[in-house]
Amino acid sequence: MNETSTETRTVVVEREFAAPPEKLWRALTQPHLIQEWLMKNDFKPVTGHRFNLRGDWGGVLDCEVLAIEPNKALTYTWDFAHDDAAFSLKSVVTFTLTPTSTGTHLRMEQSGFRPDQKQAFGGARHGWQQFFANLEQVLARTD
Amino acid sequence: MADAHDMLFRTLADPTRRAIFERLCRDGEQTVGALTARAGVSQPAVSKHLGLLKQAGLVRDRHEGRQTHYSAQLGALAPLIDWTGQMSSFWQSRFDDLEDLLKRMDQ
Repeated sequence: MNETSTETRTVVVEREFAAPPEKLWRALTQPHLIQEWLMKNDFKPVTGHRFNLRGDWGGVLDCEVLAIEPNKALTYTWDFAHDDAAFSLKSVVTFTLTPTSTGTHLRMEQSGFRPDQKQAFGGARHGWQQFFANLEQVLARTD
Repeated sequence: MADAHDMLFRTLADPTRRAIFERLCRDGEQTVGALTARAGVSQPAVSKHLGLLKQAGLVRDRHEGRQTHYSAQLGALAPLIDWTGQMSSFWQSRFDDLEDLLKRMDQ
């Protein structure tokens, strides 16, 4: 536990899509298509371009394109700034596309905060009620 | 991992102990005396609860003169908050929408 608590956390989600990399790439890089599956945005496929992702909940993510390799890989920052550090988040999202015999394997890796930092608790207040709800469920089961 | 969860759940299962911990989260560092005034139980009982919270890593104590100040250690809750789990669910559901979109898109 102590070992991992000082490291950057990483989330990896992978899936194979029945579409060629070129088509998937369009869905990842064209604003009107990004909006359809992720969030409203002003993305441009240009390294150094700063853009926002706007969630339906009203939250705005600050992003910057860090690396782009057409049809293969895309990396951008995924930051949520908030006056209260407890709500903010700094992370980097990387999409990697690999062609397969039937389509494209998409790998999404998001590396974020270290849990020992205050911003680690971006989800903590939000999750507070959930936490106690979970706690009650667990307790109900353990009797 | 499971042991860490068990310990946190067990420690926070007691309503009085949970109330003390919540108060430290909300109001910041407190002395045993200040906590006792609000806890509705005796000072030895509060001290015992604080000892268990400390064992679980949920509070830290700081001695200053004859007073001991306690503060909440939110870091101890990290295993329960499971940010990675939340983000995985988020991306899985985004990928579902991406899959739908790809079906609708022209080649």
